[in-house]
Amino acid sequence: METSKQTDSLLPVRLMQTAMILLITGLLFGFVGSLQYVLPGWLKNQLSFERVRPMHVSSVLFWIILAAMGTTLYYAGERSGSSFKVRLAGKIMQALLLVSVAGILLSYLTGNFGGREYWEYPPLLSIPIALAWVLFVWIFIKHIRNLRQQPVYVWMWLTGALFFLVTFSESYLYLIPYFRERVLLDMSIQWKSNGSIVGCWNLLIYGCSFYYMEKHDPSHTYSRSWLAFAMYFLGLFNLMFNWGHHIYTLPTHTYVRLISYAVSMTELIILARIIHGWKKSMQSSKLFVSLPGYRFMLASEYWILLNLLLAIAMSVPAINIYTHGTHITVAHAMGSTIGINSMLLLAFLHDIIWGKERKNRPWPVKSFWLLQVSLLVFWLALIAAGIRKGYWQFHEPQIPFQKMMLGLRPYFIVFMLSGCTLIIGLMASVWPLLIRSVKRAREIKNKSSLYVEHLPDEYHPIVPVRRDVAGK
Amino acid sequence: MPDRFKWTIFMTLLLSFSLYSAHLYITPPPNEQELDGVALQGKNIWQKKNCQSCHQFYGLGGYLGPDLTNTVRRRTPEQTRAFLKHGTDIMPDFRLTEDEIQAVQAFLQAMDASGTADPNRFNPTWYGNIKTD
Repeated sequence: METSKQTDSLLPVRLMQTAMILLITGLLFGFVGSLQYVLPGWLKNQLSFERVRPMHVSSVLFWIILAAMGTTLYYAGERSGSSFKVRLAGKIMQALLLVSVAGILLSYLTGNFGGREYWEYPPLLSIPIALAWVLFVWIFIKHIRNLRQQPVYVWMWLTGALFFLVTFSESYLYLIPYFRERVLLDMSIQWKSNGSIVGCWNLLIYGCSFYYMEKHDPSHTYSRSWLAFAMYFLGLFNLMFNWGHHIYTLPTHTYVRLISYAVSMTELIILARIIHGWKKSMQSSKLFVSLPGYRFMLASEYWILLNLLLAIAMSVPAINIYTHGTHITVAHAMGSTIGINSMLLLAFLHDIIWGKERKNRPWPVKSFWLLQVSLLVFWLALIAAGIRKGYWQFHEPQIPFQKMMLGLRPYFIVFMLSGCTLIIGLMASVWPLLIRSVKRAREIKNKSSLYVEHLPDEYHPIVPVRRDVAGK
Repeated sequence: MPDRFKWTIFMTLLLSFSLYSAHLYITPPPNEQELDGVALQGKNIWQKKNCQSCHQFYGLGGYLGPDLTNTVRRRTPEQTRAFLKHGTDIMPDFRLTEDEIQAVQAFLQAMDASGTADPNRFNPTWYGNIKTD
């Protein structure tokens, strides 16, 4: 019996390991893809761009998804103070995810597509992903048991996990002839689901972020405040209704644009909240200075601010017509997935994988700064290329596309070079974690519990103390 | 915040989301193009060959190649056929059969008929929205 419990405890760590391997894979394909921008036609017949791009995108997408699943399950389990007792479900979930990810990469490598942007693999492979997600939700629910007086991060985790299933299913409505035969409706639904699904893993990740702060700062009671829930519901409102900014230029219903524009502008409240709480947030972050993941947490705050400013600007239709279809959209996607999602996930992975050694761990300053500076240059190069392309769309449409792309080459060279240093920075941050995770997995195998061994004393009373507070 | 209040907000949001989604599903956009058999086959090939990785429709898709929403307006059928048949310096030759080329051309015709992707057709309003002439 003990053995089975020990094996179950490995589930979050295994998910994190797979996620890190996928990140490294995604970075390598990203490098090849960026070279194809600078050297058009390179590897055209061996590994053409329509194969490289989805291999890069899916790898990094599954890095985010699997790492978010792993950290959510770990933190949910750590909070409830229990080992995972869902051995079979956990193993099936892992197997389903591994089969789907391997199948997806193999299908791209062999040029076997059939899906849509971000989910380009044959639709059949979505079945194991959906089944794995159902098991993830089930395992998670076993940890939280009920929603009575739960902090905001539990609501975020649960709604993120459940809405993923809804939006993921919605992205396959095109398999029904009614949707498939109607091009504009189909594109509207495709971008409705694509827009919302991002919000789902963001909920998981931001939920972990709230938990992380509360865990390391027991005086942190924000997660049960009115303000925290107000911001959560505002985020959920945006997840449900602001996806329309992706399709402002699509000839769909006018009200889709108006609703999305109005809802997107509520993000100004989130922006105001960030600016208002900036000083406090920075002071709070300093409390975690001894933690190896803290700097990633701090970096994510800057990236949230930059990307939120860009997102709000892009959500104004009159600005969106200049940025839509340009590399500014790519800058927004890269800034969010690397600057926000990956920074936060790296903070959690450091927290979880280094365990009790976390406070003695020397901080890799150089790789951290290499990563941040490279990402900033990378992001700015994409914005500059986007501005140039936006100008072409409006003022020089008579210039052929290829000639315009040649004009963007200097920006692509900067993008490619900063991409290389970005890869080095990310690899230097992830590789030690991946190596340490093997030792961590061994430690877990040899202990009866995943959590208790490496938690400082102040963590243990977290559940009773919080329930007490909630009761008052 | 009391749990009852949280649940009320959550259920209101969920209900609004469900109604909005259902309304969108059953109300296709005014200029909707229903694809016939050949164009639908072209759409399948578009997905099978992952054309969206490099090309866009209405600015949605990849960035390596041009937006193809209205490409059939700017090129002759022979030019489009030549691209599809042989590829370019950057685009691979996908070895499409004659039937497949015709199907993709029919799909591109249907996309063109659905509207105009040129952002110049929009005029910004004073409150930041956009309108077409």
